[in-house]
Amino acid sequence: MMTPWNKEEMLSHIIDMFHPGCSVNLGIGLPTAILDVLDQRQRLLPDEEPLDIFIQSENGVLGVAGRPTPDTASATLINAGKETISIRAGASFFDSALSFGMIRGGHIDFCILGGMEVDADGSLANWIVPGQKITGMGGAMDLVHGARHVVVVMTHFTKSGDAKLKARCTLPLTGMHCVHTVVTDMGIFVPGDGRFRIKQLAPGVTLADLNIPIDLLVRED
Amino acid sequence: MQHATPRRAPSKVYSSATAALADLTSGIRLMSGGFGLCGIPENSIDALATMPIDNLTVISNNVGNSGRGLAKLLQRRQIRHAICTYVGGNPDLEQQILQGEITVELVPQGTFSERIRAAGLGIRAFYTPTGVGTVVAEGKEVRMFDKPCVLELPLEADVAIIKAQRGDTYGNVWFQEAARNFSPLMAMAARTTIVEVEELVPLGAIPAEDVHLPGIFVQRIYQGSHYRNEIEILKVQGITP
Repeated sequence: MMTPWNKEEMLSHIIDMFHPGCSVNLGIGLPTAILDVLDQRQRLLPDEEPLDIFIQSENGVLGVAGRPTPDTASATLINAGKETISIRAGASFFDSALSFGMIRGGHIDFCILGGMEVDADGSLANWIVPGQKITGMGGAMDLVHGARHVVVVMTHFTKSGDAKLKARCTLPLTGMHCVHTVVTDMGIFVPGDGRFRIKQLAPGVTLADLNIPIDLLVRED
Repeated sequence: MQHATPRRAPSKVYSSATAALADLTSGIRLMSGGFGLCGIPENSIDALATMPIDNLTVISNNVGNSGRGLAKLLQRRQIRHAICTYVGGNPDLEQQILQGEITVELVPQGTFSERIRAAGLGIRAFYTPTGVGTVVAEGKEVRMFDKPCVLELPLEADVAIIKAQRGDTYGNVWFQEAARNFSPLMAMAARTTIVEVEELVPLGAIPAEDVHLPGIFVQRIYQGSHYRNEIEILKVQGITP
């Protein structure tokens, strides 16, 4: 029987990719919940040294450290999702042009984004569904260009049961040929050259469960 | 030539938001700093909402949120066109887009920042990989470097309204925490930059190495009051994912 990963397990697989000292940008939504997973680990294992990484928030913070206490929450200390945050020792503040320059300029190691569709050439759609309410792309189109490792985290299936990993994106693109790794509840995939290379599958998951055309898949797990 | 009194530059200091904004007119291009509700020019927005001006083109990341910030100007139908990156969580804006009362140009946030920076710093155009293969690149020149890039042009304004924690009488400004965001860029890109501060301090009170925005980019400054500094989404320790 297959047991797809829950959200915390999906995020834990991403946290496992981080090396000490690396810089990470967390997109709005599911990626930002990495903060909460790290917070929770710290509370469960208070004696363990916290992961030594620098989390960037594109509104102008490098060195996000998780959530504040009710006493230290500040209206001027927020992340790109407009949620209150705290900062670690060694953090810095800067303006938005410098912040996006940091991203486009290739200085950020990991960019973690949510997704609606990723295709086998590594293109990403995650900002608009034609006919639905428009929210705007925010920083997503910039974030996908320049980070050394662009990771998309999303549930594997749409509500109607289609895989979000496709031969070609059908929704308007956020970025072309920009995704390095996709983490879903079903597994970890590396898109490129018209294929998804399978790095890992969740326990009990078979190729048939993925609902992706078999000729798009290459096993490397 | 003799001078009876020391020659002083004209003062940039205004007594209030009303005084600093008094000559603003309908139809101008207006930049407003802030990310969400963080670092928004509350007093200048409140003053604009009492003035008989409309038909504004507003350049701002969010154009307000749920009736707050620039949404006050939306509710009074003072904005005709908005250039921004994100319109979510802003029912006034969503409704006016649907009813055709306002036109919106969505710009990727990094390109938005860089276009504003370019306008202030004399850069006539730049190529960026952001937006290649998306609607953003439609109708624009795309040129191949190590990867394809889109040609983007500067974004300037007639007036910028900016908020900072601290400023001196020359207009040197210090921002608190992450409240800097687009504000120093917009200050450089507007012909008239109006800064409101929580603390107006004498020259020299901000150490020179701590000036985030040099006063040369600021034309008017005033001491604001009654700041709400609202937290948009409060998240604290102990909330599980």
